[in-house]
Amino acid sequence: MVAPAPTVLVATRKGAWLLHADTTRRKWRLDGPHFLGHVIHHLVLDPRDRRTLLAAAKTGHLGPTIFRSTDRGRTWTEASRPPAFPKARRGEKGRVVDHTFWLTPGHPSEPGAWYAGTSPHGLFRSDDGGATWEPVPGLNDDPRYREWMGGAQDGTPDGPKLHSVIVDPRDPAHLYVGMSSGGVHESVDGGRSFRPLVRGMEVVEGFDVADVSFHDPHCVRICPARPDRLYQQNHCGIYRIDRPSEEWQRVGKAMPSSVGDIGFPMVVHPRDPDTAWVFPMDGTTVWPRTSPAGRPAAYVTRNAGRSWRRLDSGFPRRHAWWTVKRQAMAADGGKPVGLYVGTTGGELWASRSEGRSWSCVARHLPEIYAVETGAFAR
Amino acid sequence: MKVLIPSPLRSYTGAAEVEAEGSTLGEVLADLDRRHPGLRFRIVDEQDRMRPHVRFFVDGVQVFDLGRRLAAGESVQIVQALSGG
Repeated sequence: MVAPAPTVLVATRKGAWLLHADTTRRKWRLDGPHFLGHVIHHLVLDPRDRRTLLAAAKTGHLGPTIFRSTDRGRTWTEASRPPAFPKARRGEKGRVVDHTFWLTPGHPSEPGAWYAGTSPHGLFRSDDGGATWEPVPGLNDDPRYREWMGGAQDGTPDGPKLHSVIVDPRDPAHLYVGMSSGGVHESVDGGRSFRPLVRGMEVVEGFDVADVSFHDPHCVRICPARPDRLYQQNHCGIYRIDRPSEEWQRVGKAMPSSVGDIGFPMVVHPRDPDTAWVFPMDGTTVWPRTSPAGRPAAYVTRNAGRSWRRLDSGFPRRHAWWTVKRQAMAADGGKPVGLYVGTTGGELWASRSEGRSWSCVARHLPEIYAVETGAFAR
Repeated sequence: MKVLIPSPLRSYTGAAEVEAEGSTLGEVLADLDRRHPGLRFRIVDEQDRMRPHVRFFVDGVQVFDLGRRLAAGESVQIVQALSGG
């Protein structure tokens, strides 16, 4: 069976673009800009109806909001109640959503349900396709979590991120989230309560591994073909966990020592739980976060992390100093799987061969924040 | 009362100058939001604080308090402090 033609959804610091492929994934048509000048942190197509697009938007001077389209981005409607923290009681300092960072469609049995992760840390849920959003108090207001989350000054330079909101495809009540920093967490009751899932994860040398707030997952992915397996790219290595185990294994130790296992994105194969991809970065000294030695490459494991292979055919061989952010690498559902990498230099690189060779399919875009794939309903 | 709208917010109003009613700046912004849904949250956060890169003026004088009372004949100007590349 021929997989439907994919669309790559590209979110950038200055707008969004849709890159439509033909069924061979050899020809691409760039559609955009959408929201020119707006900061778009995530653009996601709902896989349940293959029609609804949600975009997490703000500008440098306007507050954050969510836009929704059901006509391939021709028209957009703004959420009437975007993610926002509750108004604080008098005398208390209230939290303010700076931007929505992450969007996740809900379980197939809950049409219209979506989750949003924000900066600073907050988890929000919509039950009407993204028109109105409510905080998830089981996480946002739990006193332990408030401590682990820290404040707006903690976390990454662009603010702490609640990311990697994962819904178990077998159970809508089973959720995972990542907090950068603040650990990986699990809920088995639909978000009414969460608990940490950080055992086995390392933290920066000299800090207490038992303190959840020091844990910094960069990107966590669940394997669709084996939802008990998750992979994680962390500030301190690449990990895998096979539930019901409670302990992450640092599978990145099998990476070449000259490259290391630091990076941001993590991508899993849609059908093979033993296959996953990462895009390593230079995490030495001041953390340049460029490709190590200016030589970009993805790495793949075909055996659940026991070994890794370099995939750099087609990428520049030297002096390529761009960065791939945590949301800016994605796979499609094709056979073989297509991979997509968006760079801080505004280039989109694609592979039709599961990473064996790469070509640049769009360039001169603004800094790319996120890349997702989807296939629109005809 | 006349309200001057900066260009980043004209997708809501469709015009550079619009009308809104209220006896305080906060009431004018609430009325603006009723007439142009979504506009207020882009410039005032969920804690009712003015967002960092937005400035409010009444007859050319900067105002920092949403409770500022407005007299008949006064007008409101909203300005975006554009910065960055």
